[in-house]
Amino acid sequence: MSHSSHIIAALVRNHSGVLTRISGLFARRCYNIDSLSVCATEDAGLSRMTICASGDEATIVQIVKQLEKLPDTVKVTRLKGIDDITRELLLIKIQYSPSQKSDIENAVNSYNATIADRSASSAVIELTDEHDKIDAFISIMHKYGIIELVRTGLTAIERGKNKI
Amino acid sequence: MKGAKIIIECLIEQGVQHVFGYPGGAVLDIFDELYLAKDRINQIMTSHEQGAAHAADGYARVSGKTGVVIATSGPGATNLVTGIATAYMDSIPVVAITGNVGLPLIGRDSFQEVDITGITMPVTKHNFIVKDVKDLASTIRRAFEIAQSGRPGPVLIDVPKNIQQADCDFVNIPRATPKTSPLDKCATAQLSNIAQLLKSCSKPLIYLGGGAVTSGANAEVIKLAETIGAPVTCSLMGLGGFPSSHPNAIGMIGMHGHKGVMKAVSECDALIVLGARFSDRVMGNRETFAPNAKIVHIDIDPAEVGKNIQPDEYITGDVKTILKKLYPLLDGMPSRGAGHWADKIANQQIAGSYECKCDLDPRLILQTIKKYSPPERVVATDVGQHQMWTAQSYKFERPRTFVTSGGLGTMGFGMGASIGSCFGQAYGKKPNSKGETPYGKTVLITGDGSFHMNLNELATISKNNLPVKIFLLDNSVLGMVRQWQKLFYDRRFSSTTPTFPTRHDLLAKAFGIKYEKLESNDKVDEVVKRALSHKKPVLIHCKISCDDNVLPMIPPGKGVKEIITDFE
Repeated sequence: MSHSSHIIAALVRNHSGVLTRISGLFARRCYNIDSLSVCATEDAGLSRMTICASGDEATIVQIVKQLEKLPDTVKVTRLKGIDDITRELLLIKIQYSPSQKSDIENAVNSYNATIADRSASSAVIELTDEHDKIDAFISIMHKYGIIELVRTGLTAIERGKNKI
Repeated sequence: MKGAKIIIECLIEQGVQHVFGYPGGAVLDIFDELYLAKDRINQIMTSHEQGAAHAADGYARVSGKTGVVIATSGPGATNLVTGIATAYMDSIPVVAITGNVGLPLIGRDSFQEVDITGITMPVTKHNFIVKDVKDLASTIRRAFEIAQSGRPGPVLIDVPKNIQQADCDFVNIPRATPKTSPLDKCATAQLSNIAQLLKSCSKPLIYLGGGAVTSGANAEVIKLAETIGAPVTCSLMGLGGFPSSHPNAIGMIGMHGHKGVMKAVSECDALIVLGARFSDRVMGNRETFAPNAKIVHIDIDPAEVGKNIQPDEYITGDVKTILKKLYPLLDGMPSRGAGHWADKIANQQIAGSYECKCDLDPRLILQTIKKYSPPERVVATDVGQHQMWTAQSYKFERPRTFVTSGGLGTMGFGMGASIGSCFGQAYGKKPNSKGETPYGKTVLITGDGSFHMNLNELATISKNNLPVKIFLLDNSVLGMVRQWQKLFYDRRFSSTTPTFPTRHDLLAKAFGIKYEKLESNDKVDEVVKRALSHKKPVLIHCKISCDDNVLPMIPPGKGVKEIITDFE
């Protein structure tokens, strides 16, 4: 995650068009969005978004205030990163030669990743971790040849018993 | 009850007395219900949906009530967009209702289908598409609530045709009083900080915006200005929010503001900003704006605080409510009477006013209209030089009397807006003994460019016999753009000399409107007097010079030091 990237957690109403409203807000005010993940919560009427946005402090403050103005927004909080649990899911498909197999298994084990699918010369590895760890794992996989990869973008929750 | 009838019942429930609109295939059911309810709600049909949208906007600006516009799907809906965006930029409460093709046809590129909620998302406070007739009434109520609460704005409701035709139970719910947003928890501390700052400063200046007008804070602003001895300057949207005849009034701020005002902004040590947003047209250069001042920002929209300028102190909330709470904390404030810096600024400003040496001075026309008008006279404008001359020369006394497109700068706004203004002034008034509704007189100041954009609405004015007094300031060029070409494009007058072949006398005749031509200063008094006393619409064609400029002018992005006070 770049130094100026910030995590915003937003609880929004769960109905059609909300995602467009939020992404439209970012587009029209020229805010940079690094990643956005969203799904319904324990309350089916609400969705929770984790938005990673980059910009200076004043810009992030503006983003939060503009998000709060949308009638579909229930609550917006900035997460600090350090005090929160942040995770990302990576699915990466690599190809390898038989001689590389054990090296790959070592890497998978040391990162607590799992092999989700395997063929003679390729594998799909699944890893859930913090953003930087995922970056590090991908850079290791580069030497084997990445066929394709997909990652979810960050999702985050506060430590302790507090609710957003 | 049928969906379309539910819409009408909900409008009546909200206290709506007039709706502007234009019929079409996808709103046949709504218009059918309007026909049946014509003794309970007035429907005003315009020549074009854009005119209807501006009319709903002008209606809201004048009456303080939410304006309503209804249009059909597809082109009807897209024609509303400029009007909705205009209302959005100036925070005007408008509810736009559009029909759409039936739900089974949506997404199939059906005839006159358009994704109007998608299109208007960036220019509405919120919008809805109703997919179940059970949600219809609650959606309309919610739309009015959103449009009116906090910082007002337009809301659009898209109602597919089959929803209008579907049946549903309907129960009347009395209109909820609009929520006033509660003050911040920390407001007490912030208030006392502000009070402290106001007590300790020696050169306070109040900068008033449209939010103060919306809030209805006129009396509170006067009291504050008098208590702290502050001169008051208004943004374009704030004009009328403080009486121009008040000794503390120093005129408009910004690009075409008075020279003395911009000097005051540079010199003041406390700038109290009430319901304003530090627009680029006000500040020019952000870095050199109010360099010596502590800035106090009071606005209802939290997102405005720190958006363009970081204030030293702020409170978010309703201006009127906050000033009422602030006032008692100013107890023991040293009185700053005559001889205070406000008086000096006022004097400088008079010395700095600009005069034209042409045969017909537009400023004289405006001053004369003012001379023969009561303080509650509504003046609407279009956009361009005539708009700025009006802002500078017509000394507004009352809030909601100046109807102009500030944020979006919509040429063609004035014609629709003045239609809405006439009806807006009639809000809540009963027809007289002859059964005539007392539509308020509206003066429309327009230019030849803006006039040509929506002159089709002359038909609406004429048909309804609306007392709109149109003063067309015709300089035969697009004056404001031309002025910029003179200053910044080496006098290359690209496309700003439209040479309209229009015969305005015949045009007025064609629409059945009284016409008069005005060509010289010595005729201004009698022509204006005659036009204003006439009960019907009038078009006064004022031939002015193409070389007159709006001065002073601070070039975009520049500061008061770069002010232009004269050029050829």
